[in-house]
Amino acid sequence: MKSAEANATRNKVLTQVVLIIMAFIMLVPFAWMILTALKTNQESISVNPFYILPHGGWHWENFATVWKSYNFVILYKNTLLMIFFRVVCACLTATMAGYAFGRLKFPFKKFLFTLVLVQMMVPSQIFIIPQYLMVSKMGMLNTTFGLVWPGIVTAFGTYLLKTGYEGLPMDLEEAANIDGCSVPGRFLHIMMPLTRSSMVSLGIFTAVFAFKDLMWPMIVCTNANTTTLSAGLAKMQGQYGSEYPTMMAAATLAVLPMVIIYVIFQKQFVEGIATSGGKL
Amino acid sequence: MGKNLSPKERTEAKWGLLFVAPTMIGLLVLNFYPIFNTVYQSFCKTGDFGRGNTFVGFANYQKVFAAAETWQSLWNTIKYALIEVPFGVIIALLLAVLLNKKVAGRSVYRTIFFLPMVCAPAAVAMVWKWLYNTQFGLLNNVFHTSVAWISDPKVAWISIGVIGVWSIIGYNMVLFIGGLQEIPGDYYEAASIDGASGIRQFFNITVPLLSPTTFFIVQTRIIGALTVFDLMFMVMDKTNVALKNVQSIVYLFYQYAFTNGNKGYGATLVMLLLAFIMIVTFILQQAEKRIVYHN
Repeated sequence: MKSAEANATRNKVLTQVVLIIMAFIMLVPFAWMILTALKTNQESISVNPFYILPHGGWHWENFATVWKSYNFVILYKNTLLMIFFRVVCACLTATMAGYAFGRLKFPFKKFLFTLVLVQMMVPSQIFIIPQYLMVSKMGMLNTTFGLVWPGIVTAFGTYLLKTGYEGLPMDLEEAANIDGCSVPGRFLHIMMPLTRSSMVSLGIFTAVFAFKDLMWPMIVCTNANTTTLSAGLAKMQGQYGSEYPTMMAAATLAVLPMVIIYVIFQKQFVEGIATSGGKL
Repeated sequence: MGKNLSPKERTEAKWGLLFVAPTMIGLLVLNFYPIFNTVYQSFCKTGDFGRGNTFVGFANYQKVFAAAETWQSLWNTIKYALIEVPFGVIIALLLAVLLNKKVAGRSVYRTIFFLPMVCAPAAVAMVWKWLYNTQFGLLNNVFHTSVAWISDPKVAWISIGVIGVWSIIGYNMVLFIGGLQEIPGDYYEAASIDGASGIRQFFNITVPLLSPTTFFIVQTRIIGALTVFDLMFMVMDKTNVALKNVQSIVYLFYQYAFTNGNKGYGATLVMLLLAFIMIVTFILQQAEKRIVYHN
């Protein structure tokens, strides 16, 4: 029995060693990003001796400099507005469609749902040129509307919420049906509140997806004052590519808000993103 | 609408159609019209300033098929997938198995491994580009090497693949943990009583019972990897000599359609991507029937 115990201890230690090494590898890029952001330009490229920590004081002012010179207020605002409208539109249209597909009988239901599934199977690059031309023709380049446009409806969200509504017990609605409650009444007062967790998942997924997207904002918002954090970083790299502390300060500012929200709402985030089925 | 519907069914049908209307109209305008429009554009030559499409038949297809860079970038994309998918899956599975037991600091580890999933790839790629810097980068300084991580064509595709693996293992791991929790604990107990070692249990119980999850992850990651763009775009400068050995098919599409304004040629590249993904999906669906263990 003693050797079994020794074995268990050895396994535990081994597990921790593997996990710590992996955690270290995962964190090094983040650590190096922040440490570089706090150095002077000269320090960041002085390799002999090789400095890990900033040695001539921690230059927090790098953040202030990049904040002002690249107008991060505007980048945050644009990104936030895009996320807000995309989440609202996606949740609203998907919950309605999801309820109808999951709970109601109506003509062409199977055919229409097949269309939803087809959209999910096609690579999204195939939509981009025509979507861009539409926004361009509407004169909506460099606007929040342009950023939101492809995300007004969501096939994936419809699928997700349909599954959510189907999972609810049948008799819930039947009782209300007998009481003479109308379809919208049943939907709004009984069913929708019960799919809150699916809605939260969809909201988080939509927000993170919009936040991470690079190609679409680069295409429709070429102006530095109308674009998002992701596309803004791409622009900055073209301009300040060799000023490493500046670039790393910008990268830190770009990822920080989402990371903070993630650490607070971890459980919901992990669930929300894990249900995305690889679309992220 | 059928005539023999009761008034109640009739109202339900009306509301049903009304409720799906916004989504269906949206999908029609934003997705289904664009599919046909992209197909159409692939047969057109884009005029100057993006004006005046002229029908050119299969001219774009001939050019795309004849260009060496098309096949090179398709091969680059496959090479990227060959790194990201197997390593991303195997490392994630290992971590998931370790974290599925009662381990000290479990939620902290999960938080850390999942962290790249909430970071903009643009920022992640910028940081890695700095780590890879030949002269001043962390990697070469720590290991006292002078490898041109992202400008040596022989190495660059691996370096990009490593960023992809680093970015995705947390996501794969979370899906694996979900799959592992569905395997009944009695199987392991019975195996332990029979004296099966941990490694044998892993290969005889975990691997077969987890195969639906594994297959799902592999499938979605293959499709995801085949549409990679952000990493190449952010890490590889236009002047980088290794660019042509690293650029993905979507990167090439972006360059033609939006940097050069040649929408017709870009649309043709997308059609090639679509065809390729459809073939891969078909092969995967055939493979699923043979590989996945159905209880």
